[in-house]
Amino acid sequence: MPTYQVKVNGVSQTVDVSEDTPLLWVLRDHLDLVGTKYGCGIAQCGACTVHLDGKAVRSCSLTLSQVEGKEITTIEGLSEDGSHPVQEAWKEVDVPQCGYCQAGQIMTASAFLESNPNPSASEIKTAMHGNICRCASYQRIFKAVEIAATKMG
Amino acid sequence: MSTPIISKKFSRRAFMRTSSLAGGGMLIGFNLFNACKPEAAPPVDLASLNYNDFNAFIKIADNGAVTIFSPNPEIGQGVKTSMPMIIAEELDVAWKNVHVVQGVLDQENYTRQVAGGSQSIRHGWEALRKTGATARQMLVNAAAARWGIDASDCTTNEGVISNAKGETLTYGDVVNEAAASEVPEEVTLKEIKDFKIIGTDVGNVDIDKIVTGKPLYGLDYKAEGMVYAAVVRPPAFGKKLASYDDSAARAMPGVIDVVKIGEKARGLLEAQPNMSSILSGTDKVAVIAKSTWQAMKAKEAIKAEWEDDSTIESTEEHDKLLTDLLDGNTFETLREDGNVKRAFAQADKTLERTYESPFLPHNCLEPMNFFANITDDKVHLVGPIQTPAWKAGAVAALLGRKPEEIHLEMTRMGGGFGRRLFGDFVIEAAEIADAIRKPVKVVYSREDDMADGIYRPAIKYRIKAAVKDGKVTGYHLKEAAINSNMYGLIPNFFPAGAIENYKVDVAKYASSITTGAWRAPYTNFLAFAEQSFFDELAEMMEVDRVQLRLDLLKKVDAEADERIEYNPKRMEEVIKLAVDKSGWGNKGEGVYQGFVNYYCHNSHVAEVADVVIENGTPVVKKVTCVVDCGVVVNPLGAKNQAEGGVIDGVGHSMYGDFS
Repeated sequence: MPTYQVKVNGVSQTVDVSEDTPLLWVLRDHLDLVGTKYGCGIAQCGACTVHLDGKAVRSCSLTLSQVEGKEITTIEGLSEDGSHPVQEAWKEVDVPQCGYCQAGQIMTASAFLESNPNPSASEIKTAMHGNICRCASYQRIFKAVEIAATKMG
Repeated sequence: MSTPIISKKFSRRAFMRTSSLAGGGMLIGFNLFNACKPEAAPPVDLASLNYNDFNAFIKIADNGAVTIFSPNPEIGQGVKTSMPMIIAEELDVAWKNVHVVQGVLDQENYTRQVAGGSQSIRHGWEALRKTGATARQMLVNAAAARWGIDASDCTTNEGVISNAKGETLTYGDVVNEAAASEVPEEVTLKEIKDFKIIGTDVGNVDIDKIVTGKPLYGLDYKAEGMVYAAVVRPPAFGKKLASYDDSAARAMPGVIDVVKIGEKARGLLEAQPNMSSILSGTDKVAVIAKSTWQAMKAKEAIKAEWEDDSTIESTEEHDKLLTDLLDGNTFETLREDGNVKRAFAQADKTLERTYESPFLPHNCLEPMNFFANITDDKVHLVGPIQTPAWKAGAVAALLGRKPEEIHLEMTRMGGGFGRRLFGDFVIEAAEIADAIRKPVKVVYSREDDMADGIYRPAIKYRIKAAVKDGKVTGYHLKEAAINSNMYGLIPNFFPAGAIENYKVDVAKYASSITTGAWRAPYTNFLAFAEQSFFDELAEMMEVDRVQLRLDLLKKVDAEADERIEYNPKRMEEVIKLAVDKSGWGNKGEGVYQGFVNYYCHNSHVAEVADVVIENGTPVVKKVTCVVDCGVVVNPLGAKNQAEGGVIDGVGHSMYGDFS
């Protein structure tokens, strides 16, 4: 099996996996970073969202050859201690019900707010639209993104 | 000083046991559910579950730290936060000093460890309060004994006991004496006005772990030497495995083994035939590999041949079968008041409508999964399950093991919605683990999760009303369902009691498709059907839609008819509040309003939806939702549940389909 160099949360690591292995499963099974979730495997639900060079991407649909040489950030690396403004906003609003989708929601929101620190309501809705919450905590997700924008702006 | 408000004594022996902890401190075990048998049976039949003694623990360390073991599985409904809040309130400790830990399945010490039927708070309320209050009283008694005064001369505040002289002792100071003292026969519960924790907004106890991605869920669980299983499943209900070729799969990287499973599940079905609607005994092929991805890929390389085992059912056939049932005469009557036939014969006008809903999958965002490790002396199971005791028992029967050999740990669940009541995936994990004798986690792909589910069955309702002299005189509801009909309490929900001649008939068709509870089973769609019908009825009668409901409610005498499940007064109050808050009837041009009032799962609800048409599509702009579910322990969590429920309802009513 081929060997890949991946840089996750600032740390370069070597992994030995078949070339079709999605980044999601490398993170979860090989690097013990289980905060990135498996939901659908076809980039439709957003639970597996991570940052690739700061942009929100679906880790279930990226292979390692597509991410080599790039900076990967997962929910575990978003902040040292859960103090990123988006994480703080999520706590302040108490967004989760089951909580399973929330790492992906937070990764989408944090990349979005980096690129658009003063979003309109409709821009927030569009940015968060692809992340499914089966418990339907959407009202709070929206509110938390608004609050995070104020914290970051 | 408030007066004791416990009127009914309960058996302390059955309810509570205390012991000293080896390292200092006190452990209190208590039984939530034997201590407070509710007046009415819970609406979902969970009678097949086995329960034993105690179901929750409080641990008070000698430094005063309080740990509350939350017994019930957490599926996102918030009980891991709200149940401990109730204990902390009566124990009178500061919430910030409470540490909550998920209890494991412990059939020696816990009972009714179930997340189902919306019953955790209702069943737990009184017992949780009495438990907190009993522990508090024992601590006070110990302090009073040390001071040589009467316990009634002591007060508590957030873990500190005071006497009239102003001396204080903390709970930690006296916990060892308290642990050795007698359990009091009567305790004083707080008055509602004195609550400091109940009724306040308390954040989810797992919030820090959730927002930082710590392992919490079944899919996150890992064990030393654990391997992964992906399972080849029949392409349709009614198909069975004829043969399979695993040579290509076995040659793939990371593949450890390929095993056929199903024989043990069939044995379990023979012993427990009532599981047939939730467990298929079909042979399946499990591919075992070193990683999830390797297992999933190798599964695709299995060449399986399938043959017909029974009829392959189709949506079109179901549609016809259910219509035939509605047209036929094989009904069982669940409730009949007056003479419905005569009411229709004498009516000025009648209205009949049929409502139908499709199969629906639960689609939990965390796909089904479970860990099992089976050795000669132990069966170790870990994962997301709403009914751990039931499944531990089933696994014991499946493998012919003693119940005490089964050890089950519950993880937080990435959604439940009823799907994780059934635990067919636990049976599957156990059968695989028994075959390979390695610690293994079975992981469903999203496709498996959709295709091998336990669905909300398709259902049809035909509702007919008779109107005479401007009054509703007759109501006849017929249900045609797949596999199971509404449970017996539902015919006593609104509008039972409001219409003199009233009848509920049910009929069903037995399918080989596995079906079961899905978010408020039956009532999720029955509410839609009945409430849509009332709107049409109001239109036919040329009366205001809300007024029609209020007029009906006035006729209900719930005291005269003890079968009536809802409270007409509370129903009226939620309706009036929803009307008031929503501006019912006062919206401008182009805003359409929908109205519902419903009772189920011990709650009265009224909602008004403001809808506009944008580009030919209805768009819900605002929903006013009024819920009377009794005392709200954690408003922050309760609002989240209501908001999520409304959005889920809108989503499924407009887009939900599965065929």
